[in-house]
Amino acid sequence: MIQLTHDPIDTQQLTESVRDNAAGAIVVFLGTVRELTDGRRTLALDYEAYPEMAEAKLEELVETACQRWPVTRWGIVHRLGHLALGDVSVAVAVSCPHRDAAFEAGRFLIDTLKEIVPIWKKENFSDGSTEWVHPGLDSKTENPLTG
Amino acid sequence: MKLAVQLYARARELAGQDHVELDLDEPVLVGDVRQALASTVPDLAPLAPGLLIAVGTDYADDGIVVSDGKTVACFPPVSGG
Repeated sequence: MIQLTHDPIDTQQLTESVRDNAAGAIVVFLGTVRELTDGRRTLALDYEAYPEMAEAKLEELVETACQRWPVTRWGIVHRLGHLALGDVSVAVAVSCPHRDAAFEAGRFLIDTLKEIVPIWKKENFSDGSTEWVHPGLDSKTENPLTG
Repeated sequence: MKLAVQLYARARELAGQDHVELDLDEPVLVGDVRQALASTVPDLAPLAPGLLIAVGTDYADDGIVVSDGKTVACFPPVSGG
């Protein structure tokens, strides 16, 4: 299952969805909204996606993971919209016959999701400012922007 | 060729709109789209070198040809998760 949703992620349901008699291991990764980043205090995050491309890229990631590891079942859910501290922004669940593969496949899926899937977060800081998170962008601009 | 380029995240906010209409001479390369965006929307110009461009649902380098009817999107580096 690949899903982009504005609703809270049901992590229990996601975990159950990857249970299988062929699997001896389930790894679930949850990304949550963190309060402190480089000393700045976050109040909330806003997530935005290019949905058609995000879903296509997630399908590609899963296809690659299934070629590299014996993945029995898998599920990825990413939340969009306004998230409060502690909210789950992303959940990745994989089941495999053994734990090594489950850990490796799960790590690959979340790491690669963060690199290539077109989803963005905007910080809402405690001082009232907001800032899109675009890794590496300012170093490539001619006139770096801060807001 | 008329092209509507979808914008996301900071690119959308800087442009003040979720897409930009361009009219470009064919053949249209991704690099032409990048240049035209920077000249049509001056607020995007400083970011232009670091923006990512997708044709359909695939990332596309500046040398790729954009064929008529394809969805084109432009956005800054991703930060999901």
